[in-house]
Amino acid sequence: MKERHKNALRELEGIAEDIYDQLDEGNIPNMRIPTRTKNNIEFDDHQGVWKYGNSKSTRSAKKLKGARMILRTLYMLEFIRDMIGEDKSSTLREMYYISESWEKGKFNRQSESNRLAEDMEIVTDCLREDFKLRPEEDGARVIGDITVEEKNRKGEIRNINCRDDVGDSGYTIPYNVEEDKIKFTDTNVDFLIAIETGGMFDRLVENGFDEQANCLLVHLKGQPARSTRRMIKRLNEEEGIPVVVFTDGDPWSFRIFSSVAYGAIKSAHLSEYLATPGAEYIGITASDIMNYDLPTDKLTKTDRKALRQELEDPRFDTQFWRDEIETMLEIDKKAEQQALAKYGLDYVTDVYLPEKLEEAGLM
Amino acid sequence: MDSIAERLADKQKEISVGEFFERNKHILGFDSLTKALVTAVKEGVDNSLDSCEEAGILPDIKVVIREVDDEEYRVSVEDNGPGIPKRKIPDVFGKLLYGSRFHEIRQSRGQQGIGVSAVVMYGQLTTGKPTLVRSKVKEKDYAQEMKITLDTKKNEPDVLSKEVVLWEDKEHGTLFETTIRGLLRSGKHSVFEYLKNTAIVNPHARITYVRNGDTTVFKRATDQLPGKTKAVKPHIEGIELGTFAKMAKNSDRRKLVSFLVNDFSRISYNTARDICEEAGIEEEMKPRDLDVESCKKLLKATKNVKIMAPKTDCLSPIKSMLIKKGLKNVLKGYRPEFYAPPITRDPEVASGNPFQVEVGLVYGGDLPSDGPVRVLRFANRVPLMYKKGGCATTTAIQQIDWRIYGLDQKGGSGMPRGPVIILIHVASTRVPFTSEAKEAIADIPVIVDEIERGLRECARELRTHLNKKEKRKKVSKKFMIVKDILPMIAEKSANIVGKETPSLDKVMTNIMGVVYIDKKMEWNNGAAEGIIEIMNYTSKEREMSLFIEKPYPETELLDSSREPEHDGDYIEWKLDKLKPSKTSKIKFKFSNLDKEDIDGTDVFIDGVNETHLIGAEPLPDDWGVELADIHEED
Repeated sequence: MKERHKNALRELEGIAEDIYDQLDEGNIPNMRIPTRTKNNIEFDDHQGVWKYGNSKSTRSAKKLKGARMILRTLYMLEFIRDMIGEDKSSTLREMYYISESWEKGKFNRQSESNRLAEDMEIVTDCLREDFKLRPEEDGARVIGDITVEEKNRKGEIRNINCRDDVGDSGYTIPYNVEEDKIKFTDTNVDFLIAIETGGMFDRLVENGFDEQANCLLVHLKGQPARSTRRMIKRLNEEEGIPVVVFTDGDPWSFRIFSSVAYGAIKSAHLSEYLATPGAEYIGITASDIMNYDLPTDKLTKTDRKALRQELEDPRFDTQFWRDEIETMLEIDKKAEQQALAKYGLDYVTDVYLPEKLEEAGLM
Repeated sequence: MDSIAERLADKQKEISVGEFFERNKHILGFDSLTKALVTAVKEGVDNSLDSCEEAGILPDIKVVIREVDDEEYRVSVEDNGPGIPKRKIPDVFGKLLYGSRFHEIRQSRGQQGIGVSAVVMYGQLTTGKPTLVRSKVKEKDYAQEMKITLDTKKNEPDVLSKEVVLWEDKEHGTLFETTIRGLLRSGKHSVFEYLKNTAIVNPHARITYVRNGDTTVFKRATDQLPGKTKAVKPHIEGIELGTFAKMAKNSDRRKLVSFLVNDFSRISYNTARDICEEAGIEEEMKPRDLDVESCKKLLKATKNVKIMAPKTDCLSPIKSMLIKKGLKNVLKGYRPEFYAPPITRDPEVASGNPFQVEVGLVYGGDLPSDGPVRVLRFANRVPLMYKKGGCATTTAIQQIDWRIYGLDQKGGSGMPRGPVIILIHVASTRVPFTSEAKEAIADIPVIVDEIERGLRECARELRTHLNKKEKRKKVSKKFMIVKDILPMIAEKSANIVGKETPSLDKVMTNIMGVVYIDKKMEWNNGAAEGIIEIMNYTSKEREMSLFIEKPYPETELLDSSREPEHDGDYIEWKLDKLKPSKTSKIKFKFSNLDKEDIDGTDVFIDGVNETHLIGAEPLPDDWGVELADIHEED
């Protein structure tokens, strides 16, 4: 048993012990965990990321919902203990299906079991990998002139250049990107572009933008997985590669950027592992929509609501974001990355990105 | 040379009542094809119910509708009423505005329509076919059968054929069959809905409906006939000036005082003199000599003189118990979870006519919960199916903020929403309708107020029910915690830390904090068997007494697992001291209890504060105090 799993087990048993003791003393059992809402995230000056603040929520067995959550916690805990003991691991989805047999402790949705796993990370200060839990989503893709040393499933070391040793779909980021799995042996790029959509990623690949601008292209696949964010973070922190983010121009894409740069509300306990504070947003901005006269869609009611929420989100409380969000509400329009194709397939690599990157001082 | 005026006058022809109505069918309720069928049935059924009740017969009515051609239906209504004597049959069915009740002041259904003769006329106008009438009185061995049409010019019946027939298995009764143009629809304004609603407020009637061969029977829910109504003189309070003046003009009385005493109800000789004095009008003058000014003064004077409220024995309310039975009888398919005890308000007076409001409210079960509440409106036991918007009942409902009673309502006015049926019955010697079509009750403030008060009484009961339900829901959630979840939490956590499962008694009482009473009653071989469980989920030892009221005086306690402390109108059991998280049980058996009253027995507890009590009520302060019977003198 590895030390990290042993430690996780100790921490988890601490939770059970706490509940047992409360019962034994005749008290109604409860658990306290940090409140996981945007009202309880604070900026950590030291690390430059947003983390949970001091506000805590209590889950008490006095209420049906709280009692159920405590029971689920114990079931999950038992499940993890058994996995560590038998040296097995499971995906979050598998755990959700296994919970079908947890009677009063079963989940109604996978989002509930995922969230509880995150709660356990927060309470124990461990990572879900320590619990032998992993996400089921396939990793995002990377193309560009960097070489990684990956330990494959047979325990063999492989050196892979992410431009020359891969096909057109690039190198796939594995779910574990920690030191024990991946090392960066050679990085010959000036910066890294994280791209929201697969369509735009493929456009830049086809146009050879990685070589043209000497950069690394990273596909975010929408809201990026932990491993993608961790990979970006490590490249930035360990290799000193500047990071820019290129997304659609709508409120949801702004949130994608913020989870890369500042940390997501859902995983604020891991912000110091996952967030890249230096990441810069290059577009599509509301100003781009006007300056480049892009084809647009009208904002929906939920879009407008999301934008107004962002105005109250501490992560967006900067001059740049206030201006952009207010402008977008004013013009009442949003645009996709691929709207740039209005001026031809090469416009994005010939004109738009060079202009924006020059602004950012990267080209 | 004729003057212009004379020439114009020549053009004005007299039109008969019949011709007038022929041109104004909407006044009779025949303004649409769907409505025509409802009106035809309504006229027949109203007549049948009125005549059965007058004769003291439990009504048994059969309505048959069959489509005979496109938009043409044969409609028949058959009753077991006293029958109509041969010589009167032509007038009843072939003459408009003919009727025994037309000039009387009394509560009757008949005042609401122009009469069954209108159906005869409508049928002959739209299909050209005569109406067949068959009637048998008890004294005769045979029935009289006639085919009748109506001469609209003369407003006189035309009897096309007369026959004597045998009516087997029929002691007495009347049947008419007519063919009319119409459209048979289902839904809110259908014949079915009309009959269903009629059945609700006439639980003493058995109504059979055969629609193109499909039979529905609304069974009789009670053998109790409604109280008989009497004809009365008008009451002076609120009578209209014009009516008063007309009565004075037509009066044969020689003195004003005797006019007031004899032509109005509830005015004594002294009161009459007080009115005259207050008005400053000579009491000896002839009533027919009164001018409008004097009439005005007299009416004004009545406001300052105390006059007894009108007699109300001319009204026949349905009364709480029968409304409940009627609603249950017809709505049981919805399995409503709650029937508010129906309210019968005391009679009041509007425009000199006594009226009385009754309200019922049904909640929950399978009633649709996503739309506005449904309202069943009745005037003198007749369903009102049209013009809901302009009706006093709607005004009263809409001016209540139903949110405080637990229903959804946008902005606290307008129609509330939820799984609710509201019944409103207005009984009066003269229901004030908004128009001749008699489809909606006029917004007269005193009537709207009375309806509102009745509604609020029912609504309060609804709120109490919803509060109790909410409390039970909370407790049942807590039950789930202590019964299902907490033991598993204990077991799992003990298993993980490798210790013995801890005792949960204290935690359980901490979570619940109540004494929980669970009463189950079951019907078993003609007796009601009950089990009451008393669970002490508080941290204190409890000493309690448990009481239940007997639903009926005749109800007898047959068997009891514990010797009762008292067995009379109520039963009291004294319980042993009950420690925290312990349970005690009482089993008992009741005889002489109706199956439907089985859930009506409430449990009361003495020894536990209301806030710590679930499933029972705390013992009322006046429990067991014998009240002297109080009779109110009329």
